[in-house]
Amino acid sequence: MAEPKTATIEAEERVATTFRAQVFGSIARQKLFAFASLIVLMVFFGFASPAFMQVENLLGILQSTAVNGVLAIASTFVIITAGIDLSVGTLMTFCAVMAGVFLTNWQLPLWTGVLAAIATGAMSGLLSGTFVAKLKLPPFIATLGMMLVNKGLALVVAGDKPIYFSDSENFSTISQGSMIGYVLPSLPVPNSVLILFVLAIAASAVLSRTALGRYTFALGSNEEAVRLSGVNVDRWKITIYVLAGAICGVAGLLIASRLNSAQPALGQGYELEAIAAVVIGGTSLSGGTGTVLGTIIGAFIMSVLTNGLRILSVPQEWQIVVTGVIIILAVYIDILRRRKL
Amino acid sequence: MLNRTQISTLLVAAALGGAITVSRADETYIPLISKGFQHQFWQAVKLGAEQEAQKLSVKISFEGPETEAMVDKQIDMLSADLAKHPKAIGFAALDSKAAIPLLKKAQAEHIPVIAFDSGVDSDIPLTTCATDNIAAAAVAADKMAELIGDSGEVALVVHDQTSRTGIDRRDGFLNEMKAKHPKVKIVSVQYGGGDQLKSTEITKAILEANPNLKGIFGANEGSIIGVLHGVKESKKKLVVIGYDSGKEQIEAIKSGDEAGAITQNPIGIGACVVESAVKALKGDKLPKKVDTGFYWYDKSNVSDPKIAALLYN
Repeated sequence: MAEPKTATIEAEERVATTFRAQVFGSIARQKLFAFASLIVLMVFFGFASPAFMQVENLLGILQSTAVNGVLAIASTFVIITAGIDLSVGTLMTFCAVMAGVFLTNWQLPLWTGVLAAIATGAMSGLLSGTFVAKLKLPPFIATLGMMLVNKGLALVVAGDKPIYFSDSENFSTISQGSMIGYVLPSLPVPNSVLILFVLAIAASAVLSRTALGRYTFALGSNEEAVRLSGVNVDRWKITIYVLAGAICGVAGLLIASRLNSAQPALGQGYELEAIAAVVIGGTSLSGGTGTVLGTIIGAFIMSVLTNGLRILSVPQEWQIVVTGVIIILAVYIDILRRRKL
Repeated sequence: MLNRTQISTLLVAAALGGAITVSRADETYIPLISKGFQHQFWQAVKLGAEQEAQKLSVKISFEGPETEAMVDKQIDMLSADLAKHPKAIGFAALDSKAAIPLLKKAQAEHIPVIAFDSGVDSDIPLTTCATDNIAAAAVAADKMAELIGDSGEVALVVHDQTSRTGIDRRDGFLNEMKAKHPKVKIVSVQYGGGDQLKSTEITKAILEANPNLKGIFGANEGSIIGVLHGVKESKKKLVVIGYDSGKEQIEAIKSGDEAGAITQNPIGIGACVVESAVKALKGDKLPKKVDTGFYWYDKSNVSDPKIAALLYN
């Protein structure tokens, strides 16, 4: 490492200052706003239908958020660097299929298979990151390519049909079991939700308390300035894509475990849902700002909306329209708010 | 600012409120979860279910994921519908095994489950309303052999290689050819996701690669529309056989561009689900399977009222 020491410290201090301003300023308010929208939605649906507020249905919402939430966390990192990752959905699928290969076809022990699936995600992230950082491909194009590569590989490896996990009995408990329910039998929150929250806390800590997190923000605010202050920009960028890939691996395990099968044709379109959650959560697509908490709230807004409209038996065509309107509205209100600051 | 926010929120709430259909608690409510809702086929199933529901004065809802790959979205739909504690439920599984935990829950709550379309691999559904796709595709193969003089090259454009209907129609066609028409050679089986444009490109490529091709079988509505466009763009003349209906396909059959097609009975499938559910609620015994039937139609009988009733535009 030949970085001039003072420059690095200065860069880090500068990043830390802007970060502090973000935490106590606009971002905190954004989170409050997003959280308020979530509550408004829930209260509305609660009044509109008695079925909505049932514990069973709320647990269903939590479970349906887990996969999109985890994908959205992966997207948050990349979007904060002013990049975009279109490959998260099909990478999730490819990791799920690889988990099937490791556990069902090769009969590896559960934890080895789980780690190998996450490693698959990290490897794909390494490729995307290298394309972006070293080959200077725009992230949109690099990850669009990887989206298709992962989609195709998932079909090839799985031989076009689902791989079932019927042999590894404990695999389904990753998503469907409930450690919380073991302690509190009246609240059987599925493990997938627990994993989402643990991952969110960890990701939040990485973003706010580590050098990786500081550089994630710095790259999104002013990549050139970071480069000029002697930081190895390429290396950090690749690291961020590797991390995002590994998180997609976790999503792959969650979805495979929930369906007790790796569905190779799934996944396209999920990247857009993840991006929607990130943006509703207040992360700007132009980079430099964002929080994991906001993203999680964004993911919940999406799934509360989907579930609530369904519970109210709103015709499906209109559900789609309403979801689109809410996304536009949420981001527009965010822009209005920023202008006032 | 806050005012504007509040106003927007209220507007959204009002818009949502307007869209809600108020349901009465004493009504028998039966949600149907299909494999999709955008294709005309599913709309016809929905129509059949709605007509039957009106006849039997029950309330239904009809939902399905956007693509047939979205197994997890379908599971979420099933979960949301079970939270409404319906009297019975109709379900066309994208992946039977993935749905088992929720179906067990329905069973535990004594909610009768009626399977439809490709069915559910489990004992939980009381009955299955479906087309015998293998037998139907075999009829398509026989017709193809007959029309090309029982020998020559044939290709298939299928919607996908993972779904039950995709597999059954492909294998039903291939096995029948192999068993009964050994001189017919299958030169290519390609998958276009049921997407009209992709299926068009596939067809053109097949025609490019196989100049002696005598016939193409398109295994669902999207596939056959693509085949028709591909053949037209390549300016070739060959025997085209399709599946299901839809305005474009019906017109192609009337004009002679398409030799004929297999139609299922989507309206009958929808009606069968609602009828079976109501029977189950009355405690009637149901057969394990209801074959809702299929028919071969071509220029000669496309306007026959019996066939026309099964076709959708």
